[in-house]
Amino acid sequence: MAPVDPLQGKELLKGNVAIAEAAIRAGLQAYFGYPITPQTELLEHMSLRMPQLGRTFLQAESEVAAINMVYGAACAGVRVMTSSSGPGISLMQEGLSYIACSEVPVVIVDIMRGGPGLGNIQPTQADYNQLTKSAGHGDFHSIVLAPSSVQEAIDFTVLAFDLAEKYRTIVFVAGDGMIGQMMEPARLPPMQKVRTTRPDWALTGAKGREKNIITSLYLGGEVLESVNQRLQAKINRIRAEEVRYEEMLTDDADILVVAFGTTGRIAKTAIREARRQGVRVGLLRPITLFPFPFAPLDELSKRVKAILVVEMSAGQMVEDVRLGVWGRVPVHFYGRTGGVVPLPGEILDQILALAGRLDEPPSGELREFVGMSVSVS
Amino acid sequence: MQEEMIFSGFGGQGALFAGMVLAYAGMDSGKNVTWIPSYGPEMRGGTAHTTVIISDEEIGSPIVQRPSAALVLNNPSMEKYEPLVKEGGVLVYNSSLISITPRRTDIRYVPVPASDVANELGNVKMANMVALGALVTATGVLSLEAVIQALRDHLPESKHEMLEPNVQALRRGAELAEPVVA
Repeated sequence: MAPVDPLQGKELLKGNVAIAEAAIRAGLQAYFGYPITPQTELLEHMSLRMPQLGRTFLQAESEVAAINMVYGAACAGVRVMTSSSGPGISLMQEGLSYIACSEVPVVIVDIMRGGPGLGNIQPTQADYNQLTKSAGHGDFHSIVLAPSSVQEAIDFTVLAFDLAEKYRTIVFVAGDGMIGQMMEPARLPPMQKVRTTRPDWALTGAKGREKNIITSLYLGGEVLESVNQRLQAKINRIRAEEVRYEEMLTDDADILVVAFGTTGRIAKTAIREARRQGVRVGLLRPITLFPFPFAPLDELSKRVKAILVVEMSAGQMVEDVRLGVWGRVPVHFYGRTGGVVPLPGEILDQILALAGRLDEPPSGELREFVGMSVSVS
Repeated sequence: MQEEMIFSGFGGQGALFAGMVLAYAGMDSGKNVTWIPSYGPEMRGGTAHTTVIISDEEIGSPIVQRPSAALVLNNPSMEKYEPLVKEGGVLVYNSSLISITPRRTDIRYVPVPASDVANELGNVKMANMVALGALVTATGVLSLEAVIQALRDHLPESKHEMLEPNVQALRRGAELAEPVVA
């Protein structure tokens, strides 16, 4: 059904389509990709719209090819992106590492699916470590933005291009099958003009100027160390300047839930219900998974009595949370894996258990996860 | 107000589309809405469902354990969702195809011969709209007119020859649900 303009420019949009259209409106000049569920509608939308607009769309023969095409286009100074899901992101890691070292701006969308391996096509957040720690060999971090709604998926896609160019870095938009497949009313940004100039560092044919060199090969130890120092200085600037997060009901909270993306919004439902039952619980929702919001977590960990981390993984972000609270308070974990999405009732039971409101530990499906609880005290 | 609904049927029966029409109507009425399809390695003839939430508040979880209403178009969907509807909730079912006898006493059943009515109106594919008309009336989640308007506003031009028959299907479904509401 064709979206119309009924209310303040809102349209009912599927996450994948919304991300694609947002990127196009942000002035995307080239898209290279390879289909994989649950992000295929993104590539499909690109395949329709990019040629219509006279821009470049290319379905590569594999993700390895796609990321190297992205690398090439980025070196030429055009706005470029690709999108995939876990298995495809893994294939891209060599190219991502080259891109990180070459310091060219690239936007990558990862609509995460159940793993490891080929796994399944249901939502997960188990690419957290892969995206935030180092999406490839060597020392680097990418900026990772985690939307929890279709509107945020749009806004963060636009932001991703600006950040990628500001820092000449990789920026991931990290969604999951739920964000990709869900439809919600959302507002698209206005169409930006495609940039006609190219940055002065880009490879544009060195007529009448010194040649630019973009490479990730530095054979001397000292010269490569100086490259690393430059990269780390940039990453530290990102750590200092680009942290984004949302806090909800944390002012008087005894219990703090930390969750991002899809899990973050599901946790909101559980938190509101727990509040109705008189439990003082709040939410810290990291929006940048890298740089991780250590500063607000540090502050909150001085005030709350317990922390509950909820993820669609066996526990990845929980390691950053434990690192960030300096052992001040117990950090508990609840996760679902394999593409299973936690329901609000499951998270509510965990909150009530922490608040001492349950006579018995959470039962049923939850029991198998008791072994995954981690406490630091 | 928050209504959490499941729409389910065989692939091709239009359960996902019915949910989408309601989602559009919710959005156009200024509500918050989410629409999430079941997706996966599906096969022709398999069962497909969607979860639609319409709310005055910000929607947290877009998935639900216990829907407040369900619209089911075939036996497998009835099997799956009848036990899950919240106490006091509504279950609209396609009595043309569903042979299962209702088993609960704590929910409101709205049997609608959706496939037969759609056939009478000229196309069995409109069974989804008959059932949607009944669901809207039985739950009161939105007005029937808002749903009809959403169909008018969002159905692509290329399908407009099907518009009036579908509007009729919605109205017939709504009439059929009225005795249950009264």
